[in-house]
Parts: sequence; C-alpha cells; structure tokens
Amino acid sequence: MKLLLKNIQIVNPAQSLNQRKDILISNGTIAEIGQIDEKGCDQVIEGNSLICAPGLFDMHVHLREPGREDEETVQTGCNSAAAGGFTGVACMPNTSPAIDNAEVVSSILEKAKNHLVEVIPIGAVSVGREGESLAPIAELYTAGARAFSDDGVAVKSASLLRNALEYLQMYNAPVIEHCEDESLADGAMNESEVSTLLGLPSVPSVAEDLIVMRDILMAEYTGGKVHIAHISSKRAVEIVREAKAKGINVTAEVTPHHFTLTDDSLKSYDTNFKMNPPLRKAADVEAIIEGLIDGTIDCIASDHAPHSIEEKEMEFIYAPNGILGLETELGLALSELVHKNRLTIEQLIEKLAINPRKILNIPVPKIEKGVEANLSIFDPDLVWTVEVSKFKSKSRNSPFNNRLLTGKSVAVINKGKLYYQNQYHSL
Amino acid sequence: MPLSNRHLLGLYGIPREDIQLILDTSSTFREVLERPIKKVPTLTGKTIVNLFFENSTRTRISFELAQKRLSADTVNFSTSMSSTKKGETFKDTVKNIEAMKIDMIVVRHQSAGVPHFLTKISNANIINAGDGRHEHPTQALLDMYSIREKFKSFEGLRLCIVGDIAHSRVALSNIHGLITMGAKVSVCGPPTMIPRGIESLGVKVLHSIDKAIQENDVLNVLRIQLERKAGTNIPSVREYHNYFGITAERIEKNNPNIVILHPGPINRGVELSSEVADGPYQIILNQVTNGVAVRMAVLYLLGTL
Ligand SMILES: [Zn+2]
Repeated sequence: MKLLLKNIQIVNPAQSLNQRKDILISNGTIAEIGQIDEKGCDQVIEGNSLICAPGLFDMHVHLREPGREDEETVQTGCNSAAAGGFTGVACMPNTSPAIDNAEVVSSILEKAKNHLVEVIPIGAVSVGREGESLAPIAELYTAGARAFSDDGVAVKSASLLRNALEYLQMYNAPVIEHCEDESLADGAMNESEVSTLLGLPSVPSVAEDLIVMRDILMAEYTGGKVHIAHISSKRAVEIVREAKAKGINVTAEVTPHHFTLTDDSLKSYDTNFKMNPPLRKAADVEAIIEGLIDGTIDCIASDHAPHSIEEKEMEFIYAPNGILGLETELGLALSELVHKNRLTIEQLIEKLAINPRKILNIPVPKIEKGVEANLSIFDPDLVWTVEVSKFKSKSRNSPFNNRLLTGKSVAVINKGKLYYQNQYHSL
Repeated sequence: MPLSNRHLLGLYGIPREDIQLILDTSSTFREVLERPIKKVPTLTGKTIVNLFFENSTRTRISFELAQKRLSADTVNFSTSMSSTKKGETFKDTVKNIEAMKIDMIVVRHQSAGVPHFLTKISNANIINAGDGRHEHPTQALLDMYSIREKFKSFEGLRLCIVGDIAHSRVALSNIHGLITMGAKVSVCGPPTMIPRGIESLGVKVLHSIDKAIQENDVLNVLRIQLERKAGTNIPSVREYHNYFGITAERIEKNNPNIVILHPGPINRGVELSSEVADGPYQIILNQVTNGVAVRMAVLYLLGTL
C-alpha cells in the first residue's frame, strides 16, 4: 500500500531537518521525500497544518501486565500510546510478578510483537524489587530489557546501587531511579503550607533531593549511568545541572503533570491529583521548565500509571499514587511548553522522540528514503477537550478530564502499520 | 439568616456570620440543657448516622446526646479499621448506608478529606467530627463557645495553642475559627511539632512555654499522643513535660490570669500537671457540657436549612 503525506512539515533535529515536503510511504518504508504526485497512492493525508516527527517514545509507563490486567494490558497500553502519538514505550517492572526474570521480559515482548507500538521492558534492579539482591541483569538484558529500575521506590541501598551501576557497564544501560528517601516517604502529598492546611501527611522535597544526590555521587564514583525518573523538585534540578556540568553520566526526565500542576490542585482532595513524586510548588514548576530549556532535563515521560476506579475513589491517604499520561502528554507539552514559548518544536521533539532513545541506547528513527517509517504526525494547533471516557487506556484516572489543550496527535506509523482516525491500517 | 453552607466540613473559609450564628444558637441550647426536661422536638423524623471509622467515644457520645436531645433518630456505625481491608470499599459502605434514607452523616475518619469525599457521593448533610490531622470543627466551636462565655468577645483576644500542632485537627480548626473572629493566635511547641508553613495561616510560632503563658489570655493545650513512637518527634514524654508541660508554678510565675482549655482526654503530668488540670485556671468541664450544646446548634442549623 502507498501512503502519501502531502505537504507536511518534516521536523527532525537529529538530522537538522525542518522543511515542508511530501513523504511517500510504500509498504511501510519511506520510498521518497520531495514533490510527489498523488496519482497511484492508496491514501493521502493532507499535511498543511501537520508536523511529521520521528515516532515519539515514552520511556516511563506502567503497563500493569502481568498482574493487574484489570487496569491495563500490554495491548491497551500500546493502544493508549498510539492514540497519544507514540510509537514506542519503555515499561516499568513493578508488575506482579516483577520484571525480574527473562520469562516476564519475553512474555511482554511476545504480547507487543504484532502491535504498532514498540515496547522496551525495563528490568528490575533487584529480585522482586525488594532491594536485597541483584536481579539476573545479564539474562534480562539478553531477553530484551534495556534499562533497570526498582521504580516505585529507589534502589534500597547504596551498596546495591553501586553494584548495579558497575555491573550494567557491560551493556552501557542506565539505572532509572525513582528518587525518594524511604525514611521520609511516609506521606500522601508534597510538604508545604498546603499540606498543613489540608491536614494530609506529607513528604518533603528533600526526600527526592537526597537520593538524586546519592545517585549522582554513585554515578560519578562508578562511572555508571543514572537516569533520574520524574524529577519534580527545584533543588533536584539544580543538583542534576551541577552534575552535568561536571561531566557526570546523569540524565533526567519530567512528567507533564510536574511541569503543569502544583500542590494547590490537591485542595479538592481529588485523588486524581495524588501521585508520587507529588505535585509541588510554582517555583519547582518554573525550575523544571528552565531545566527543560537548558537541557538539564533530557526528556519528557508520562509515568503513565493506570489505576482502577474503585482504587482511586478511596479515602485520600489510602488511594494509590499515579495518573494516566500517554493520551494527554503531547497536548500538555505543546500547550504548556511550545505555545507558551518556553521550548521550540525542535526541542520538544528532542525530548519526546530522540533523547529517550539515546538514554536507552536504542536506535533513533530517521526520516529518509529507504528506512522503515517510524513517524508521529501531529497537529500542533488543534484545540481539543480531554475526555477520559474516550481514552484507549483501560483506566480513567486522569486529573486532566475536561481540560482544553492545544495540539494533538493525528497519526502514527511504525512496523508497517498506520494508526489514523481511531483505526489501525496495514501499510 | 441561615448558614451559608449545607455541610460543616471545617472552619476554613467559614464566614464570621456563620460562626456567630452557631455560637448564638449554642447559647439557646445551653439553656435547654439546664432545664429539667432537656429534649426539644426540633429534628423529629430526621435520621442521622454517626459514621466513625476511628475510635472516639467522647466525640461520639457528645454527638449522640445532642441528636437525642433534638429528637432525631440516630444510627451508629463504628469500625476501628478501614472497611476496605475487609474487601468493602469506603464508597460501598457509604452507598449502603445512604440507601437507608438518611438525612445527615457525622463522620470521623483517619484520612483528611473524607468529609469532602462524602459530599460527592452522598446527598446527606455532612458534619466533620474529625478527619485525620485536618479539622475538627465542632471541637473548635465548643472551645470558642467556652472562651466566649469567659471573655464575651474574640476581638484582640490573645490565644495560644500548645502541643503537637503538626498532628492535630483541633489546632487547625481553632486557628481558622479564632482568626476569623478577630483573635490573635499563636502556636507553641518544639519545632518538630510545628508543621511547615503554619505562619501562612496568620499565626505566630513560639517555642517557649513561659513566653506563651506570659503573652496570652488563653492557652488551648493539646493532648500529647503517647502512642506516637517515642524518640521521633520528641525525645521523651518526661522531657516534653519538663520543657512544655503547664504547671501551677509556671502559671503563677508568668501570668496567673491565664485561662486553660484542653480538648481532653488529659494526660496528667504530661501536657498539664494535675494541679492545673483540676485547678482554678481551667474551664475543661465547661467545655464538655458546652460541647453538647454546640453540636445541638450545628445539627439544628444544618438539619433545618
Ligand atoms: Zn516512580
């Protein structure tokens, strides 16, 4: 089948590309880029208002399979990713059982095999994510895991972290850290005057900063790669900035909710605003955006965390942490960062498509003749209202329901498949 | 003029007129409580559920008595542990109770925000009887009623709340209510018991109990939770008593006119010495009687909106 993307703005900063042309995709491969006649094409997408970027990649999602298939599966999570404009995701190992053995990696890859969206499993650092002994890292890597994390918690001890960072140098793969000091972590929101007002037990931002500092010192000492997941505090951004200036091997990601919302949102006691790390202050949001601008923060990742309605509709202190992210991520990033003139569209594509793959040490798709098409096509100016009832995810826990966003995915192409107008098509 | 809200979730943001109305209505019911027949037919036919997810015999009995004196039908639902652990969610529990056609829910829960959550899943009037470390509005109202009996006005009154402010729902409700009514409020305790950003609520922070006694007309002394793990936020109960406990000697030295409130139950020899607990400075038993009158007022005002 021949698909023509007509008169579309092609943007790929990795190739210094930013030009308006036609792209012909034939049987899933980019056959030609230039001025192409529509004649003989099976399908044409008019690109006048659209941007074509390398397929977006979200390196922090929870697919819940195995264990909580009532909340999400590999299949529904991938559908959610495709609807949100992503052609790849990396899934966290806090499943049940955890991704701490090669069979779980293989079964996830098997389930994702025929989907448009590529799934990269993240292996557990420790057996059962319990922080005691190293998971079989080499076996996990061989089976397809490309990063390692005990996400949900930080790697429990400095000694285990040290060993993981040293061992992983065989593969040049990162440890992805959920940075939170366990002894300070007994709370349901950020510690501030708002937690005092709401009477909710709280976690101070220093709980994050301490582990960011520990991890960076350990990366420096071992020469290993540390990736800071969902950075959320101003001080943590400063620490990462200083570490990068010193040449330490550290990278960082931020979620859309942490550059969009503050802990004032919790005044409604709506558990859809309960996440970990918690929403913080306006000064943290500003520091995060500055970190995105100057490159301290390498990428944007959703921390897509599906939860059942029954579990979220609970007393605040008992409700689980986390919100859906995949289907609002691009819209929030465009609305909050690009349309507010904080990031250029090129910077955004670096943070959503290029840098996550570089961190995971996997190939970054190119937009050139002869390669398999791995593309995200989006309308940066389309104004739309978020409706969680229409999400492809199995869950509904988003605080952004009814929010007006500017910018939305139109189509994604990968592995010889096209997702367009709510349907999958073979190319 | 009725109350401006059909629930009583806390005293944060409650207008002065509402607090005034509750306190004035409480005076009326306080008189009723002095009559030989202490019952009025005001809430006949109304059904009220006391939904207690956390043990609090005193608060529950006070509410129950207030409900009986107003001739309401009362149902008690108490469970010391979250029903979710038994497989039934909080929401299911509430929906079940709601199906029994109830008019009001008085709720006590270990999680802040549960009364707010209830307003979204129930049509009943919701009264917060203590949610986590958030608010306990009827306790603060009865404290304020007791203060007003003594001082007539809150304008310019200097009051200090002493103890573990960080883990207290009583403190927060008192702060909001008293500031709204024009009092000057401070808090006193070791820094580990003072929550972040409390100054933003308009209170002054003190760490010296002598100074707190000197500078104030009233001390509202909180119960120290002995069950809280020792050695975490204070080194020991003994040290707390030596540095923050209120003794007759400290009062005589600093300000013999001070008035002492305590929400009860008292840990004698910890936050108050026995002399003070039984002495001339305190109005603690008035508080208990006033508690019934204040809760009658709240139930009446919400139940007849
Ligand atoms: Zn995490």
